[in-house]
Amino acid sequence: MITKIISTAIPLPLKNIDTDQIIPAEFLKATTRKNFGKKLFFAWRNKKNFVLNSKKFFGKILVVGYNFGCGSSREHAVWALKDYGFQVVISSYFADIFKNNALNNSLLPIQVSEKILQKIFKIINKDPKIKITIDLANQQIIIPEDNIKEYFYIDPYKKICLMNGYDDIDYVLSLKEQIISFERACHSRESGNP
Amino acid sequence: MRKPKTLFEKIWDSHIVLQKKNYPPVLYIDAHYIHEVTSPQAFDILRKKKIPVFRPEKTYATADHNVPTINQHLPIKELLSRHQVEILTKNCQEFGINLYGLDHPFNGIVHVIGPELGITKPGMTIVCGDSHTSTHGAFGSIAFGIGTSEVGQVLATQSILQNKPKTMKIEVNGKLQKGVTAKDIILYIISHISVSGATGHFIEYTGSTIKSLSMEGRMTICNMSIEAGARGGIIAPDEITFKYLKGRLFSPKGKKWDRSISYWKTLTSDKNAKFDKVISFNASDIEPMITYGTNPGQAIKITGKIPKNVDLKYMNLFPNQKMIGQKLDLVFIGSCTNSRIEDLRSAAKIINNRKVAKNITAFVVPGSNQVRAQAQKEGLDKIFLSAGFEWRQPGCSACLGMNEDKIPSGKYCISTSNRNFEGRQGPGSKTFLASPLTAAASALTGVISDPRKFI
Repeated sequence: MITKIISTAIPLPLKNIDTDQIIPAEFLKATTRKNFGKKLFFAWRNKKNFVLNSKKFFGKILVVGYNFGCGSSREHAVWALKDYGFQVVISSYFADIFKNNALNNSLLPIQVSEKILQKIFKIINKDPKIKITIDLANQQIIIPEDNIKEYFYIDPYKKICLMNGYDDIDYVLSLKEQIISFERACHSRESGNP
Repeated sequence: MRKPKTLFEKIWDSHIVLQKKNYPPVLYIDAHYIHEVTSPQAFDILRKKKIPVFRPEKTYATADHNVPTINQHLPIKELLSRHQVEILTKNCQEFGINLYGLDHPFNGIVHVIGPELGITKPGMTIVCGDSHTSTHGAFGSIAFGIGTSEVGQVLATQSILQNKPKTMKIEVNGKLQKGVTAKDIILYIISHISVSGATGHFIEYTGSTIKSLSMEGRMTICNMSIEAGARGGIIAPDEITFKYLKGRLFSPKGKKWDRSISYWKTLTSDKNAKFDKVISFNASDIEPMITYGTNPGQAIKITGKIPKNVDLKYMNLFPNQKMIGQKLDLVFIGSCTNSRIEDLRSAAKIINNRKVAKNITAFVVPGSNQVRAQAQKEGLDKIFLSAGFEWRQPGCSACLGMNEDKIPSGKYCISTSNRNFEGRQGPGSKTFLASPLTAAASALTGVISDPRKFI
C-alpha cells in the first residue's frame, strides 16, 4: 500500500533504456520473483563510474531519460528494480508494457514533462541529498526547496489498487459470471468458431 | 448511421466483457500462448490463490527461449534452462494445458508455431508474455505482449484489464525494388518514426505494398511493431491470409470454414474510419536496410553512411563510415522475425553454390520443427551446410542469447532478428540487424554486403 514516498533520488539521464539493459536475458532463468536486484543493470554495474556504484547518489527513486523500459516485455525488469530497493521511477516517457508491469508490482512509474525531468536532473546533481516527495493521493511530485509541485497522471483504477494493495486478478475473478455470459453470448463471433 | 470503425476497433469492441467508469476495460482473450521463461511465476500466482486455469484449452505452450539448438533429444545441459523447461512441463500437466515441448514435432518459436498450426486466426484477441506477440497481428487479429502478472490474470480469467490504445495507420504504397524485403520495410519505418514513435498506439499497416506481401512478410512487419514502441500491429485479412490458413491443424473445416471466411471478410477498416495518426511511405524509396547503432531505429540504407552526432562507442564504429565493407564475425539467420520457410528459401537462393567466407561463423536456426522439416524436404539444409552454414534445431537462439548460442564479446554479428540492444545477443556482442538476403550475402563475403549484387 502506497500513499506517500519521500526519498533522495538517483539520476540516470539516458534515453531509450531497454529492458535488456535493466536485466539481461541470461538472468531470466529463475522461476521465482526473488533476488533480481543483484543483477539490475548488470552490464553497466561493472563500470566504476556507473551511477549505482557512486556513493554520492542513493535513494528509492530512480530518475531516467525518455522512453524508459522499451523492448522486451520481461517483468523481471520491474522485479529487479523493486528488489534493488526502488519504489518510484520518474521519466518523461515510459514504454507501454513496462508501465503496466510496474503498476502491477507497486513500482510507481511517474511521467513528467521533458522540461521538468531536466530540472529534476539538475536539482539532484546540485544536491544529491535533496528529498523528493511523491504524494500519490494528490498525484503530486514535490521538491519544496526548488518550488516544484507538479501534478502527475495515474490511471484512477490503478491509483486505488496501489493505495489499497488491491490486485487485478482478484478484481477480474470477481467478474467471472460476466465473463461466462460473454463467452455464451459471443460464441458466434469467435473467429475460429463462427 | 453507425460510426465508421477501424479494423482494430471492430475486434476490440467485440471482445469487451465489461466497460465500467473509472475501471480499465475487461478484454476477452481468444488465444493465450505461453513459454518457459515468463510463465513460471504466473502459475505460482494461481497456486497461491488456489485457483485453476479458467480455460486451459485456450492456452498453448512451447519451450523456445532458452532451449539448445543442437542435440535436442538429449537432456538440456544447462541446469537452470533444464529446470525452467521442466517446470513448464510440470505446470502444463498440472493445469491441463497443450504443450508443444522439445520432443514434439510441432515445437518451435511461439510466434512461428501459433500461425503455422492455424491457432492464430483473423478477428481474434491473442496475448503472450513476450513483446513479439505483435507478430500474430499479420492475420488481422489483436495480438500484444504482456507481463507475467498479466499472464497470471489471463490464465485465471481468460480476460485482461487493458486500457484501449490509440490507433495509427501506416500506409506503404508502390512496388518494392529488387532485393528489398518486408524486413527492410519495417526497419525503414522504424528509422523514420523512431523506437518510441508508436508508443501507446496500435498500428494498422495498409497500402498496396503491404497487401502484396506473403503471410511470412506480413508477420515480419507486425513482429517489429514493438520496436517502434507500438502495442501491436495489424493487417486486414485477405485471400493471401485465407490461403495460408486453409487446411491447417486448428483451422476451421467444412461449413465452419465457409462461415469463418464470410466473417473474416468483414474485418477491414471502414472507409471513413478515423485514426489518431496516419503516416505514408513510398515503397520505391526503400532500399535494403541495416542498423548501425544499439536500437532498431538506428537503421540506414545499406549503401549509406553512419550519421554524425550519434554515440557509436559501444558499436566501435565511426561517423560517416560506410556500412558496406564493415567486417563481420558471425551471421545468424533465425528468430521470430525471420526464421520461416520463405526466409530460409530466400537466403538459400542467394548462396547459389558459393561458400561462407573463412572469417565467418554462420548458422541457420529454423523457427520450428515444421519449418525445419519443410526446408529439408526442399533440400535447403544441404545448400546451407555445403556453403558452410551450421543447420540447427528450432528456438529463439542467438536473438537473445539465453541458450549457448551467444555472440562472443566484442564480435560483430549480422542478424535477421529484431533487437540490436547492447549485449542483447550475449554480453559485449555487437549486432547489425538486416534481412535474410543481406545476412546471407554478407556471410559469403565476410563483410556487410548489398544483397542486390547477388541476385
